Amino acid sequence: MLSKNQIFVVAAAALMILAGLVMPYWFSFLVTVALAKGLVVLGLVILMRAGLVSFGQGLYYCAGAYAVGAFSDYFQTDNVLLLVLVAIVCGLVISSIVGLLLSRYRDIFFAMFSMAFSMILYGVLVKSAALGSSDGFNVTKPSLFGWAAEFNGTNLLSYWVAIILACVAGAIIWRYMRSPMGMTGEAIRENEIRVEYLGVSVQKIIYIKYIIAAVLASVGGSITAMTVGHIDPEMAYWTTSGEFVFIALMAGTGHVAAPLIGAVIFELMRTFAFQLSPYTWQMILGIALLSIIIFLPNGLWSLTDKFKKGAN
Amino acid sequence: MLKTISKMAVYGAVAFGALTATAQAADEYKLGLVTFLSGGAAGPFGVPAKNGADLLVDALNAGTVPAPYNKVGINGVKINPVYVDEAGGATKQVSEYRNLVERQGVNAVVGYISSGDCLAVPGVAEEMKKVTVLFDCGTPRVFEEADYKFVFRTAATATMDNVGAARYIAEKVGGLASVSGINQNYSFGHDSWNDFTTSLEQIKKGVDVSTKQFPKIYAGQYGAEVSALMVNPAEVVHSSFWGGDMEAFLLQGAARGLFEDQKVLLTCGESALYKFADNFPEGAIVGARGPNGVFAPKSELNDWFVKEYEARYGTKPTYPVYHMVQAIMGLKLATEKAAANAGEIPTDEAVAGAFEYLEFDSPAGKIAMTNGNGHQAVQEMVFGQVSKENGEVVMKDVVRYAPSCVNPPNGVKAADWIASGFEGAVCN
Repeated sequence: MLSKNQIFVVAAAALMILAGLVMPYWFSFLVTVALAKGLVVLGLVILMRAGLVSFGQGLYYCAGAYAVGAFSDYFQTDNVLLLVLVAIVCGLVISSIVGLLLSRYRDIFFAMFSMAFSMILYGVLVKSAALGSSDGFNVTKPSLFGWAAEFNGTNLLSYWVAIILACVAGAIIWRYMRSPMGMTGEAIRENEIRVEYLGVSVQKIIYIKYIIAAVLASVGGSITAMTVGHIDPEMAYWTTSGEFVFIALMAGTGHVAAPLIGAVIFELMRTFAFQLSPYTWQMILGIALLSIIIFLPNGLWSLTDKFKKGAN
Repeated sequence: MLKTISKMAVYGAVAFGALTATAQAADEYKLGLVTFLSGGAAGPFGVPAKNGADLLVDALNAGTVPAPYNKVGINGVKINPVYVDEAGGATKQVSEYRNLVERQGVNAVVGYISSGDCLAVPGVAEEMKKVTVLFDCGTPRVFEEADYKFVFRTAATATMDNVGAARYIAEKVGGLASVSGINQNYSFGHDSWNDFTTSLEQIKKGVDVSTKQFPKIYAGQYGAEVSALMVNPAEVVHSSFWGGDMEAFLLQGAARGLFEDQKVLLTCGESALYKFADNFPEGAIVGARGPNGVFAPKSELNDWFVKEYEARYGTKPTYPVYHMVQAIMGLKLATEKAAANAGEIPTDEAVAGAFEYLEFDSPAGKIAMTNGNGHQAVQEMVFGQVSKENGEVVMKDVVRYAPSCVNPPNGVKAADWIASGFEGAVCN
């Protein structure tokens, strides 16, 4: 039997999928890219709850995107399932190697090391003329066994894939966060030595969290690549990773839905800031983040608690 | 959660309403203009280009541009420019492109300085069937890797900068035995250096490469690179630097005497020729990515344009301004050619059809859309050397290369063309 929450999520997802048929194209595109980023931020939130801030999620975001780009070009395939799978494997392989080192570090050292690895990927890609250097290259539009999901000239497949993946990932992570292993994250943040004394390997817990975050980031990268149709090394640049941290801080780490909704709000805010003041859009974003940090230190999600308290 | 979702639904509805409202306005020609308004490329390229667009749009709306551009606005419809910042990367730009077309309801888009954006945007332009003119980016890959129906580029590719540069130094620099290079570590820097060295191999055999340096873009400090260039001297130092990087390199190189016995060749030099005139060493070889600025051929249109620009902004127009202006002019002519009656805005299909293989005059002389199956312009390429007379910069030893001398024929990839020894090139 499905619980009330599960029914709600499935209904919301179904509604969003149907809404894709009537919403304007720019909006479904924005939601797709936002959900892709939201998945990356979801991974970041898992790490943040364990007290680790990664400034290098761009590494997996970019690796996932390039895996999709290179694979679809080399094997001449545009099957969305295959491409997402390739990105997952790519994120899994890289993170299980890099994670061995990173899971030994905490605080600023973890942040800096994670950033260093993403900048290495950036540096390598910029030097690779075959991959288009800093200009990157174009990626084919995805299809589902040849079906492109075209409606009025609008390709809805990546939008639907993004919604489904976000819901599935959100549900899995929601369960994970409530499992003993997920809960250990907060314990590690509060007191790592006590956790060790309880007989749990902190390094192993963090290693697994790191891999989960990496896989989510590469899935996000694969969705971005298929939706935008173009990838470049900028995806691994530290400012991209910084944007994920920005969204995480803005949204809050209280719930799995927070990063996904936060990413949509961030993209909406940015696009209207772009439109309303082409010269000072950065200032609008900066002021927004500052006021959220000052007035809502736990992110936008803490608003829901306030509403709940107000209702009681 | 419910509240957030219902809130989102409201936002969506508001945005949808805004969209349907804008789509109805048709008494103006909405022109989407995308250039860098923030970041490192805004100062040398983005803002001058925007200034050029402002000037031309105002003059077109007033009907004061010389013939054949003397019709008001575009085909009698006044132009309403909508600006978007190009900052934020290709993903952001693809997203903003959709917003321009759907939310703002623009009639056409002119824009893009970054080659990455120029590669990313055509895909969505084709999907949305919207006439789009790329105005400044240099990579030849745009029309080499794909065919587009609605996408055009009215400025020549960066290939001709470096083919022209190689031809120029082979001709004008006596005793040329070696070259060295300092280029930014990104696509444009790598491509420029590759095109330059491979062209030089074809034109003059046996020229050595003393050293090649690829500092980070926006590095600003070139102490180590200048040392490397000085201990490995060459007759010519090639650089595709632009903006603050070029200025910093010129200042730091001059302070250490780098340019005293090595000639510096700046393929994008003209973009800073007026702003940093004092920093250019005597005899520096300078290009303008086409016959722009000081190299523009004399014409009534160019005289008008330079005079107006100088009066409004207090400086002479540089090449990004020329690129912007010729893009809008090309779009205007194609639209008017496609329109049956004055005051009508033709369909994107009709405009795209009229734009193909279009030839038109611009302040930078003749633009011919002959490459990329009628979607990519070729222009002549000009190089000259800086000379200062009474504090004013003048160009000496100017050499003009015909379009067919420095651009590959239609359908041939730039790299293949250079490797083939410029097969089919016709030089004057």
